[in-house]
Amino acid sequence: MGDVRLMKGNEVIAEAAIRCGCDGYFGYPITPQSEVMETLMARQPWEQTGMVVLQAESEVAAINMVYGGASCGKKIMTSSSSPGISLKQEGITYLAGAELPALVVNVVRGGPGLGTIQPAQSDYFQSVKGGGHGDYKLIVLAPASVQEMNDFVGLGFELAFKYRNPALILSDGAIGQMMEKVELSDYKPRWTDEEVQEISGSWATTGKRSDRERNISTSLELDSAKQEQFNHKLQAKYRAMEETEVRFEKFHCDDAEYLFVAYGSSARISQKAVELGREKGIKIGLLRPITLFPYPTKAIQEMLSQVKGILSVEMSAGQMVEDVRLAVNGKVPVQHFGRYGGIIPTPEEVLEALEQKIIGK
Amino acid sequence: MTAMTEINKIINEDNLVYKKTNLLLDNEMHYCPGCTHGVIHKVIAEVIDDMDIQNETIGVSPVGCSVLAYNYIDIDWQEAAHGRAPALATATSRLMPEKYVFTYQGDGDLASIGCAEIIHACNRGENIVVFFVNNAIYGMTGGQMAPTTLEGQVTATTPYGRNTALNGHTMKITEMIALLPGTRYVTRQSAETPAAVRKLKKAVRKAFENTREKKGLSFIEIVGTCSSGWKMSPTQANEWMKENMFPFYQLGTLKDE
Repeated sequence: MGDVRLMKGNEVIAEAAIRCGCDGYFGYPITPQSEVMETLMARQPWEQTGMVVLQAESEVAAINMVYGGASCGKKIMTSSSSPGISLKQEGITYLAGAELPALVVNVVRGGPGLGTIQPAQSDYFQSVKGGGHGDYKLIVLAPASVQEMNDFVGLGFELAFKYRNPALILSDGAIGQMMEKVELSDYKPRWTDEEVQEISGSWATTGKRSDRERNISTSLELDSAKQEQFNHKLQAKYRAMEETEVRFEKFHCDDAEYLFVAYGSSARISQKAVELGREKGIKIGLLRPITLFPYPTKAIQEMLSQVKGILSVEMSAGQMVEDVRLAVNGKVPVQHFGRYGGIIPTPEEVLEALEQKIIGK
Repeated sequence: MTAMTEINKIINEDNLVYKKTNLLLDNEMHYCPGCTHGVIHKVIAEVIDDMDIQNETIGVSPVGCSVLAYNYIDIDWQEAAHGRAPALATATSRLMPEKYVFTYQGDGDLASIGCAEIIHACNRGENIVVFFVNNAIYGMTGGQMAPTTLEGQVTATTPYGRNTALNGHTMKITEMIALLPGTRYVTRQSAETPAAVRKLKKAVRKAFENTREKKGLSFIEIVGTCSSGWKMSPTQANEWMKENMFPFYQLGTLKDE
């Protein structure tokens, strides 16, 4: 075992950032994720790894600092919660349009508007369908534990640089605030200037070199024919993600006759509901999408020969259920169950919803 | 002897008194005739060349007429969202503290939509240079009112002239910025005569030297013209600027520490 601690999800995001060799964090306080920046400021990583940490004047400034830092080929991240992530959407679409790698963490709270500071999963559409303007996709990772808050920081950066595309960790106020046992990652040094040149030298704005043309970090192309070509390139990149980066987890699926599909906190609750149902003799399984884009469409389709119905469980009024229905395409009944506005459902409620909406029908 | 032969005799290295810096690229400029951007680009490129910092300089271009500035000066560039250039420059400078980082922004970009970003970058004292080109109008979108538009000035969105009761007051953001302890050098220049261009070049040099000495933020406003937006000939625009802009936006250095 490595370095095992009892920590809050938000604190782990900060710790994982330092340990994975992150070069810069730019943030703005908002509940329920302020512990990310507070932990970083207390840890003073600039003394240890040279990582830059800055409290920006707004979420808008923070995401544009991310754009500037990412343009330099550095590992840059920000975190916020729903209203702040809405403000960051402009910067996020510019990052996607300039093909810049970066990591954004959303510790979701209930909305709309100022909403509540309690946990929710109502930012699914914003995260996977493009919260900003234009045809773009984020790589969206959905942690269901404090351990995954640790693991997905490194994974998020890895995928962001692999595809030159922003990645998003879609967490929620429950996972951000709860304390769990976590095995922290080992320290990885920050990239040296030479490594940055090797990895990102063809595009990073680190100062022109005599051996190359000037690098320009931009999302602007006034020639529509070229802009269409560029969009083709982006779409090909997203298809490549769909082919190779789908991640999901199955729980009691081998003999399942009914299926929960749930991510993040809802998956933890649904896992308990599976156990409760099986105690009653109902053969239930859980399919937990880990990547929300790319979505585990095929994994759901492969379950259709054995399941009689699917319940999509979300802390929202029904967002991910649309992707479940697209995958199922009418072959078995699909229903949604959700509590929202900051309310977390109980496993009993989830099981009851399955019995009433799927089994009883 | 033909005229051409005569000219070819004159064009030789011995007679060379001026040469365009190689940093100013030969791409066709999209700026209107009489626009001040071209001169300012040339001055910045010359100073970067003179200081031999081409490979150490990163420019951040704005949204506005100078959105394509990256096509004209041969350095690495970042193209920012509207008003956000100081945020990009902040991160770039902090992550690469040995580099020279500058933003190049117009008055709509800097004083209106990017007001928060510029004020806070100045207040933090980021070690960057800011070029603020003030022509009292939104040029690219077709000549709408900017915060810097003068009282009574006719624009596309103030067709009867700027009325302070309706449109608010003309904003002297450079004076506001000079008040902030994070700024070290704040100056207002112009580029309408060879003498003014020479003064501007000195200011640009000083600003980049401040970056080298890690002195903090240098802010250079350049009062310029927009003959297309003002619906004037370039010569008329220069005269209008001298008569109307210079008395309100007084040239000179506000702060040099």
